[in-house]
Amino acid sequence: MIFGADVASMLLGGVAAGMVLFIVSVGLSVTMGLMGFVNLAHGGFAMLGGYAIAQAMKLWGVGFVPALVFGFVITALASAVLERLLYARLYRASELDQVLFTIGLVFMMIASVTLLVGPENQPLRLPALLQGQVNLGFTHYRTYSVVLIVVGIVIVSGLWLVFERTRIGAQIRAAVDNRRMAESLGINIGRLFTLTFAFGSGMAALGGGLGAEFLGLDPQYALKYLVYFLIVVAVGGLGRVTGVFYAALLIGVLDFTLKKYVPQGGTAFIYALTILLLLWRPQGLFGTKTT
Amino acid sequence: MIKRIIAVVAGALALGVASAQAQEVKVGVNLPYTGIGAEFAQLVDRGMELYLKLNADRVKPYKITLIRRDVKDPSGANAKIAVQELLTQDNVDILAGWIYSPNAIASAPIVTAGKKLAVIMNAGTAHITNLSPYYVRTSFSMWHAGYALGEASAKILNAKTAVVGYTDFPPGKDSLAAFKRSFEANGGKVIDEIPMGGAGAVPDFTPFFQRAKDKKPDLFFVFVPAGDHAAAVVKTYAALGMREAGIKLIGPGDITQDTKLQAMGSAAVGLITMHHYHADLDNPENKRFVEAWKKEYGAATTPDFMAVGGYDGMAAIVHVVHALKGKIEVDAALEALKGWKFASPRGPITIDPVTRDIVMNEYLSEAVMKDGRVYQKVIGKIDGVKDACKEQKIGPCAPPAK
Repeated sequence: MIFGADVASMLLGGVAAGMVLFIVSVGLSVTMGLMGFVNLAHGGFAMLGGYAIAQAMKLWGVGFVPALVFGFVITALASAVLERLLYARLYRASELDQVLFTIGLVFMMIASVTLLVGPENQPLRLPALLQGQVNLGFTHYRTYSVVLIVVGIVIVSGLWLVFERTRIGAQIRAAVDNRRMAESLGINIGRLFTLTFAFGSGMAALGGGLGAEFLGLDPQYALKYLVYFLIVVAVGGLGRVTGVFYAALLIGVLDFTLKKYVPQGGTAFIYALTILLLLWRPQGLFGTKTT
Repeated sequence: MIKRIIAVVAGALALGVASAQAQEVKVGVNLPYTGIGAEFAQLVDRGMELYLKLNADRVKPYKITLIRRDVKDPSGANAKIAVQELLTQDNVDILAGWIYSPNAIASAPIVTAGKKLAVIMNAGTAHITNLSPYYVRTSFSMWHAGYALGEASAKILNAKTAVVGYTDFPPGKDSLAAFKRSFEANGGKVIDEIPMGGAGAVPDFTPFFQRAKDKKPDLFFVFVPAGDHAAAVVKTYAALGMREAGIKLIGPGDITQDTKLQAMGSAAVGLITMHHYHADLDNPENKRFVEAWKKEYGAATTPDFMAVGGYDGMAAIVHVVHALKGKIEVDAALEALKGWKFASPRGPITIDPVTRDIVMNEYLSEAVMKDGRVYQKVIGKIDGVKDACKEQKIGPCAPPAK
């Protein structure tokens, strides 16, 4: 059974990493699909959320789960303010302006966090319950990875229900498919966007906190993993929750497997694969062609 | 015109300063004061300051002025510029610093051209001291710990197989080579070598550690830079249940850096390291050193091997300043340092007259819980260890062709 345990550990590790990617990236995909706005500061919101969570635990002794809720709410609120004050002015600007603005915002986030908290990695201590190993019957594995997978499945099911079964979900889908038509039918795209933007940033914050066990948490977080988030969105297609989910799993498992079996290649493989994939299907694996 | 006035005034000022304090020695310090290495820079800097403070009488009648330059990162490029500026703009008498090996490697040609004594206070890639005749090292070489640990693993820990995981940059490869050579010379076998990303960012170690676990070795030897990398290593080791699987985590003392050790908590218990210093070493110099450090920088802080690199480096500089009566000339300075002996917090040290590298004790330690804190218990000691890479003239450690 050595081979079986091997494959199981590879899948579990990869899927857990994929779940973190999904939780952080889903907001980016939806907001990009809605407004066509290239928000490179998305990883910055994940970092800010992670810091809010770590600081809440350190300064006020809050538990892990309440701290996650706090991080979600505070980051969603902050991003809504930023969206109304700054982002809203650039919706009609060129893509270059949007990119320059958001990358500038990232640098400001990094500098602020370095100034306020310091350059070092923030330890985020998990509750004892989530540490150690768990017996899954067929194999033993890291408890936290298993928990992450469960949490990820709950989140994707919830999001899928909201997207497919509620009015606001229908509005978002309509706006992603054809913004002008949706607007002329009376859907308030501005309000819809503020809501999804705030929600997406909140999710990023959640991902920042949940993923800190694997990805760490330091000021460079905002840029370090941005490429991964963008790859997930590019492969998954814009504005598709399920697409982002499959893409995140695929990339999580592939990256984990390649790092494990061919560590000499580093991250080069995943970039090469992404390039090939986008040459073949520019709209992403799970996206539909835009007209 | 204005420029000329400024130049004249500046020149006059410089002359005035020089004549008023003829005994001033300027030490140009290059350290990564900002960015990922900011923590390390602070440790080395505090080590230097503490020596000057505790030994104010020994420094007199000379005055040592530190001129600090931020080198930002381990890229090498910024360090090269900083060293050049220290030499050409600040006209320093002695160079010091170098946290990262790539920075020391990149700076070597400038140091050689500048003809100033250059004291390396951390960077540990073995062959660095061969790259410039003016480098003297008061920190360590990766081979000090790596080579000694390879032998100890086979003889004391009775291990037959090991997997090596290393951060993929010069000191990482160096550490791998050192461990592998002595472990295999003593009957062990390295069954896998895993490069685990670069030094610039802390990766997710899970896939690499999973690979090591699947190979079922007796030992998992890890070299990563001290600091955040080390904290993540210990966390991942515990989370993947490698201890329960009977795999011992060993490495140079970077993985149990004093400044990170208490935060690791019980996850660190059982780690076995070979290193030249940790704050729990039991000798009078170290007791005094740790006590003075806590008094100066706060009871919650602790010195570590990087701080000692800075402390001993400054001791070497003060020795040179006295030996040369404040007039620093590089060949005489090197002569003064050859065979120099010092009672360091890490035990007795000396500078090898042939290689200009440090000779010191290595301690095999195990992390245990004692009085509610993680304590490093010394379980073995090797006296007067030289850099084995240069001793055995391996690869780039062979003496440079004249």
